[in-house]
Amino acid sequence: MSTASYPAPSPAASPAPANDGSVHPVARHPHDATAPDVVRALREDGTLDPKNDPGLRTEEVLSLYRAMVRTRLLDERLVILQRQGRIGFHIGSLGEEATILGSAFAMRQNDWIFPCYREFSAALWRGMPLQRYVDNMFGNANDPVKGRQMPDHYTWKKGRFGSVSSPIGTQITQAVGFAWGAKVKREDTAVLVYFGEGATSSNEFHNGMNFAGVFKTPVVFMCRNNGWAISVPTERQTASENFAVKGEAYGIPGVRVDGNDLFAVVKVTRDAVARAARGEGPTIIEALTYRLSGHSTSDDPKVYRPEAGLDPWRRLDPIPRVRQYLERTAGWNEAQDKQIEAEIDAELKAAVAEAEKTAQPSLESMFEDVYAEMPWHLREQRDELLRGARAKGHGH
Amino acid sequence: MPQMNMVQAINDALRFEMRRDDRVVVLGEDVGKVGGVFRVTQGLFDEFGDDRVIDTPLSEGGIIGTAIGMALYGLVPVPEIQFSDFIFPAYDQIVSELAKYRYRSGGEYPAKLVIRTPVGGGIRGGHYHSQSPEAQFIHVAGLKVVCPSNPADAKGLLLSSIRDPDPVLFFEPKRIYRAAKGDVPDGDYMVPLGKASVVRQGSHVTLVTWGAMLYEALDAANQAAAQGIECEVIDLRTLWPLDIDTIIASVKKTGRVVVVHEAPKSCGLGGEIVALVNEKAFLHLEAPPRRVTGFDTPFPYTLEMEYLPLSHRILPAIIETARY
Repeated sequence: MSTASYPAPSPAASPAPANDGSVHPVARHPHDATAPDVVRALREDGTLDPKNDPGLRTEEVLSLYRAMVRTRLLDERLVILQRQGRIGFHIGSLGEEATILGSAFAMRQNDWIFPCYREFSAALWRGMPLQRYVDNMFGNANDPVKGRQMPDHYTWKKGRFGSVSSPIGTQITQAVGFAWGAKVKREDTAVLVYFGEGATSSNEFHNGMNFAGVFKTPVVFMCRNNGWAISVPTERQTASENFAVKGEAYGIPGVRVDGNDLFAVVKVTRDAVARAARGEGPTIIEALTYRLSGHSTSDDPKVYRPEAGLDPWRRLDPIPRVRQYLERTAGWNEAQDKQIEAEIDAELKAAVAEAEKTAQPSLESMFEDVYAEMPWHLREQRDELLRGARAKGHGH
Repeated sequence: MPQMNMVQAINDALRFEMRRDDRVVVLGEDVGKVGGVFRVTQGLFDEFGDDRVIDTPLSEGGIIGTAIGMALYGLVPVPEIQFSDFIFPAYDQIVSELAKYRYRSGGEYPAKLVIRTPVGGGIRGGHYHSQSPEAQFIHVAGLKVVCPSNPADAKGLLLSSIRDPDPVLFFEPKRIYRAAKGDVPDGDYMVPLGKASVVRQGSHVTLVTWGAMLYEALDAANQAAAQGIECEVIDLRTLWPLDIDTIIASVKKTGRVVVVHEAPKSCGLGGEIVALVNEKAFLHLEAPPRRVTGFDTPFPYTLEMEYLPLSHRILPAIIETARY
């Protein structure tokens, strides 16, 4: 894969283009965050385009910035833990922090989030304690999913956050059904569902979009176009001019947004939620962002993409862009950055220490929750395992 | 007690439960205005409206995927898959999602559906309107699988299935949809899941079967009785979890067992039943356990009555097992 066949955007090449957020772009490469149809709010100079300014209060921006930095640091530290062999796996969101946190922030308290598998920051935003997330990374007895799934396959129902699974796109149809349930019950609940641009090739994307269009369910489809589905680039996923335009086939408005622009992501997500709340149905948002890391810790992106291709996207990194805004509006400085980094490091260190000393899930727990009540065949198999464990002195 | 056929009894159960519990919704292809291609949901659309009896786009994956979402929201969806042969576009949602939801979320998100779907052959439906895919769901941890053989059981099992906390695949043997008739109690009653029914007592050979093949097994049992062989016939009703106690108690009495099912022989539920009998009643066996089943071919059209394990194929197996 050469850079020539994968044109990255020129970094903030032009002044914030005039655009109205409508769907029909001029034909451009499907992964160009600077294309004129792409909604942007944060200008190069750190000021906001008043047309797309979501009107965030300074303390809201500060807490989102902190969450973005925390996400970045967690991603970096978790990769190290994986390289050290202390956790088995991590799938992160390096570079996609604004897309994920901006959209999670924009949802109302009673709205729900159906995750793909890169959105741990949204779960944390919705109140999942860091300890529980780290417990999931270790698959220990305090893991919300009891060590039954790989790292980064968590759930947090208290925060109206769904359950992560690995199959691509299955959450899309489920989110549509969930929102449909709210509509049937005449309750004002919208659902944000995350998926990568690769998932738009799945049957579930078609099913979900089609049902959502027909039944006008209150769903916000958040397509994180991060350029890559493991090793497969955007142009191998679709021959459409972009991903938002796919909404048109289903009667669903589509909007493209600079996914590395926190403010623009908040703006378009809020607009979509407002539309859903008015009973006008779903919206598909294509957030143009970039996967700065490999697909997961199991992936080696150097095999299929040159490092140089990342440079333009590093210059569009969502975190410095918000920092620049805060420097200008709230006098943010490097010392404060150092301060939050130290705080986050301390909380992560404590959480890892706690997770490492927490026991594995019990042997019995392997057989629980398959059914509401354990049927005879599972009781039999559990007892067989426990007899063997006792014979081997496994502490049962 | 009113006389009903299977279609009427299942319709009665759905209507009863939808009146009792407003969380219950029915969705699927043609289930609304037309009342389903087999008319099982007839009249529900008029009574409950299109919020609760929903004609969906033609997409089994979409039906089951959205039904899971509705269930997570707190509804109790009872989706219909028009023929169980068409369930496979939804297989990923059923296997990867529905079956695992409770487990994978540490118990936070039980996803409860009852998937109703016609099953089995004998209606001249060829490959795609005749198969019996139950084993492909039994092999998946987290699902319950039910298949009634008569109207009273169909209603009572469906009411149990809808109220059960786990996802249930409810296979309706289409060959006997209208042919099986019987008294069906009015109002509310439940036939418990996981409990088989001994429909004929006998001391020589145990026949284990379910669904439409029950009638073939009974026919064969009656013919065997004329030759002095008394069969005990077990109608499983719930295919998973199995009522192992009823099967083993009977085999310990007879020492002989023949399992009859429509699905292909290899890796069918019959194989599992035979394995369990070997594990749990080996020393009581007087003859090798036998299976009389469909063949390991795609379901044929013209020769479907040769494919199905009808009484003329069951009878020799009974006799050979009895005389072994």
